[in-house]
Amino acid sequence: MEHIRLPKVERVQLADRSSSRRAQVGTLYLTAFHTIFVDNEVHNELWVLHSLVCNVEKLSITSCGYPLLIRCKNFQVIQLLIPKENDCNDVFVSLLRLSRTERYEELYCFSFMPNVDKAARGQAWDFLNLKAEYNRMGVSNKLWHTTSVNREYRVCDTYPADLYVPKSASLPVIVGSSRFRSKGRFPTLSYYYRETQAVICRSSQPLSGFSARCLEDEQMLEAIMKSNPGSRFMYVVDTRPKLNAMANRATGKGYENEDNYTNIKFQFIGIENIHVMRNSQQKLIEVSDLPSPSMGEFLLGLETSDWLKHIKSILAAGTFIAKAVAEEGVSVLVHCSDGWDRTTQVCSLASVLLDPFYRTLKGLMVLIEKDWVSFGHKFSHRYGHVVEEPKEASPVIDQFLECVWQLMEQFPCAFEYNERFLISIYNHVHSCHYGNFICNSEKERKDLGIREKTHSLWPHLWKNKVDFVNPLFRADHSQTKGVLQPLTTPYCFKFWRGLYNHFDRGLHPRQSVLDSLMAIKEETQQLEEVLTIYQQKLAGVGREQANDLFVKKHGMKNSQGLWAEPTHIRLANSPQDYNGGNLVSGPKDFLFGDTSESSDPDNSDQESEGADFSCHSCSGGASPPSEDSVKDPDSDDPAFNNA
Amino acid sequence: MEFSEHIKTANVDDVVLKLPLRPALKGTLCVTAHHLVFSERKEEAGTCLRNLCKDLRILQFDIPGMEECLNVASSIEALSSLESVTELYPFFHRPRELSLSEPWGLSSPQQQYAQTERLWDRWRLSKVNRNFSVCMSYPRTVIVPCAIDDITLAKAASFRQGGRFPVLCYYHRSNGMVIMRSSQPMTGANRKRCREDELLLQAAIDESEMGYIIDTRSAQQAQQARMAGGGFESKAFYHHWRRLHRHLERGKVLQESLIKLVEACGDPSQNMDRWLSKLENSKWLSHVHSALSTAGLVAECVERDGHSVLVHGFEGTDTTLLVTSLAQLILDPASRTFRGFLQLLEREWVQAGHPFRQRCAHSAHSHARLRQECPAFLLLLDATWQLGRQFPLALEFSEVLLLRLAQDAYASDYGTFLCSSEQERCALQVKENTHCLFQFLLRREEREKYVNPLYEATDLAIWPSVHPQSLQLWTGLFLRWTEYAQTMDEAREEIWTIVKERKETDRPKGCAHTTLSRHDSFTNVENLMDELTVL
Repeated sequence: MEHIRLPKVERVQLADRSSSRRAQVGTLYLTAFHTIFVDNEVHNELWVLHSLVCNVEKLSITSCGYPLLIRCKNFQVIQLLIPKENDCNDVFVSLLRLSRTERYEELYCFSFMPNVDKAARGQAWDFLNLKAEYNRMGVSNKLWHTTSVNREYRVCDTYPADLYVPKSASLPVIVGSSRFRSKGRFPTLSYYYRETQAVICRSSQPLSGFSARCLEDEQMLEAIMKSNPGSRFMYVVDTRPKLNAMANRATGKGYENEDNYTNIKFQFIGIENIHVMRNSQQKLIEVSDLPSPSMGEFLLGLETSDWLKHIKSILAAGTFIAKAVAEEGVSVLVHCSDGWDRTTQVCSLASVLLDPFYRTLKGLMVLIEKDWVSFGHKFSHRYGHVVEEPKEASPVIDQFLECVWQLMEQFPCAFEYNERFLISIYNHVHSCHYGNFICNSEKERKDLGIREKTHSLWPHLWKNKVDFVNPLFRADHSQTKGVLQPLTTPYCFKFWRGLYNHFDRGLHPRQSVLDSLMAIKEETQQLEEVLTIYQQKLAGVGREQANDLFVKKHGMKNSQGLWAEPTHIRLANSPQDYNGGNLVSGPKDFLFGDTSESSDPDNSDQESEGADFSCHSCSGGASPPSEDSVKDPDSDDPAFNNA
Repeated sequence: MEFSEHIKTANVDDVVLKLPLRPALKGTLCVTAHHLVFSERKEEAGTCLRNLCKDLRILQFDIPGMEECLNVASSIEALSSLESVTELYPFFHRPRELSLSEPWGLSSPQQQYAQTERLWDRWRLSKVNRNFSVCMSYPRTVIVPCAIDDITLAKAASFRQGGRFPVLCYYHRSNGMVIMRSSQPMTGANRKRCREDELLLQAAIDESEMGYIIDTRSAQQAQQARMAGGGFESKAFYHHWRRLHRHLERGKVLQESLIKLVEACGDPSQNMDRWLSKLENSKWLSHVHSALSTAGLVAECVERDGHSVLVHGFEGTDTTLLVTSLAQLILDPASRTFRGFLQLLEREWVQAGHPFRQRCAHSAHSHARLRQECPAFLLLLDATWQLGRQFPLALEFSEVLLLRLAQDAYASDYGTFLCSSEQERCALQVKENTHCLFQFLLRREEREKYVNPLYEATDLAIWPSVHPQSLQLWTGLFLRWTEYAQTMDEAREEIWTIVKERKETDRPKGCAHTTLSRHDSFTNVENLMDELTVL
């Protein structure tokens, strides 16, 4: 590629930011889509996708060379030390260009060619079927139907082609309502709750200004309300703070006037806009990135970032809607400004609370495909896939995934998937490795030929589902069934270390409950299988003997115990630097980024390969306790005596 | 007994009891000498009485009639703060399945010494304190260097606050290094010295070696302590010892921290900023942080750098014990077993003279300004919980045991945490007249409730991360009476189910084990099997 000024640099040092371990020395390669660092001694490889690079920074010169700091969108931070200034500059300029994709076609997903034929690719794209999903919800045919009004994306170019609307809403009503809504995003079905027949609908803000009204829009809302025979009114939830919504009226937008619509209850929920969220996350990242903060600094930073406050407001909104739908049996129309950020977050979160299906692996995939991808959440703008206005970027899906994580912490047995699944989705939203999250709407994806030219992420995740399963999940558990009723007291919200400090290995538990439970479960299953097989085969030999044999063959394996398991469970036998306060983390391993045939970034196998147990010895030189940092009272003695 | 004096109203009918997480109950409230008995009855309410318990639970009684309410309140007040130890419930608790003749306690310095053969050539048991005359708060026997005789010990003791001269508390098998603990030396403003104390410390290490003194006070505090007669080991007189200061809060500061934290956890406000600033302001997690990092430093000195360590602060009965016991948990696989942990607590806290009676009298809800109250033991349990979070397979006991201990330290049916020293326990005949909690917990049916289903022993040291991101609020304790804790309990049960399932599938294997030995045709069958597998 023409942007690579220098494909290979030798004797580059890769510093381990958070530990005193000596830097690895190796060779740096720049390829069309990856930065690769290969360690000279152990041949560890570190792969980083250019599309994940957030920014590149040249730091001030040190005695050993020219440092380069690469920050990634997945919160990995890489510090390189390049011996020559020219080389450093070349790498810097190349990376700067490579990480700033200008056209969609330059993205990795268009070049990613796994060994899959055309038919299989098509099949993979059909892995999730949204039509089937609406059927699964049990949408009533009597009350709701699909409309062909948006088939050619003529009414609303950011909505999907297939939409569910009340049967009683005629075509002119839909079109009329869409004209009265920002970007034409008229009210349409998001989730149908079978038990009460109440629904969650979504739209954008009405173009009401200070006094405008629209008969068709009013009829549209009435049709939605009436499609729920059990209730006499419906909620209209505006997820914006009231002040913001009022300000919008000056530009001819705004919110519904309760007097104009029959039987609506209007409610503001007060989730801040994308700009506030972007700044808040920036502050949070700074906190998670502090070199060696004290407890006080950390908590104070967490507080001033306001991040958990925002997470709480989103979860509270989701809870409000879920309660309305499930307990009151009242339908809800949700909107914000354009109805593709806060609305999406809140609708999908309410769905997770309402429907146990969305707490399964496949369910979450379907939910993201439905509420986020198909309804035109602007992935490419929000996550900066191609060079755009930086003001468009915002951690919208980050917050949704984090809300789900907070719920998982509160209900450890209710989710089929685990934290790794969320982090994996997070990575893929940014990595542009698969086509699913490219572009900003279904129409754009169709125009670009995403289905034909790229691959779908979902079957890939499904194939690796063993890594993503929560061992505590049990379909018949009391937590699993029915509607989740989360607490929203502040102490229920925690800092998500797993995401924001994902690469700071030393901060995580050194042994994983998840992995050891998975190992136990697997072992149980194997034992059961083996037992039945042997019993069958040996039916003629006699039961007792079969058991004996079984012992001989499998007793050994069992006795190994979990300490021998390489996966994730490792005991970092290196103490922290309890002395100076500088953090010494355990093994910090990198292997991030997918090589063509190998699996996911979060695949634990890959990580443990990369993990070097040898680091135990490396860090052996951890500084001995010294008195330097402490003022020695002895030295003050004379002065003290005089006094 | 004068219990009846405190009980003005013994029975109140039609009382409504409000517990966290449960619907309100109506019934009769009985005040007895040691308990509040509430029996449910179907059937409204007057004055309300809030009981703030030491286990951080809040019980609310709605009692009809002002007078009765006041009577009950004053009874509870009086009965919950009985002056005399022998009036406390452990002296009356007589469950049918336990007998007073059963052994009391799990270990003693004698046993510890006898079990560690490698100690024998350099360390000895000393009975210098056999009648508690040298040190009131030490047990009768202690482990000291062989080279030091009892007369020297007694002189060294007079140089240390409360007579707490340096004694061995942990021997590190892999390199022979030790952890010792004491109280501060009484150097005073005139920089007094004591040859016997210097000899004692020198005898603990070889000529060529270097030892570390970890002082749990800041350098400035240590300086100031001299004005009050205390002080620190001066480099000039203790040539082979280097002193490091790691400031750990104690006493009132810790108690206030706990009160603030408990108050923050009970705050019904929905405001996130308020919660985070209260959590920060309580400083509790900072105390957990310093406890773990100081213990980490001690362990690092011993294991990594191969130095012996002496730990002390002021009296050597609080933060000192916190640090030495945490360091042992980090270093010693034996102390991470169920029995080992209880032994550790017995050695390092009960026998070593942590004044439980003063420190754990009223917990966090008390209005009384108690100058002696201090949750050092709770801090140890919290730090242990953090270790368990970071190494979920390494401890044989689970969070449930820590919660039980947190409760029993403040109010117990058993005598283990009564009194402040061995001497007091002997004088009041605690061992003869109460049951031992540790022995009770080790009974098979009890033990099962408290073990960690995922336990896998490891010989390695477990080095905790002390980064703020790695330390968390102990929700199990501080949010114990909220819905939040319920789902956690369910998760714990689920873990048990998974582990038990494996055990069950494993059972055929277990049965087969017994037949294995007497089966001669085994090899034949195996051969046959291999063929079958190939087919």
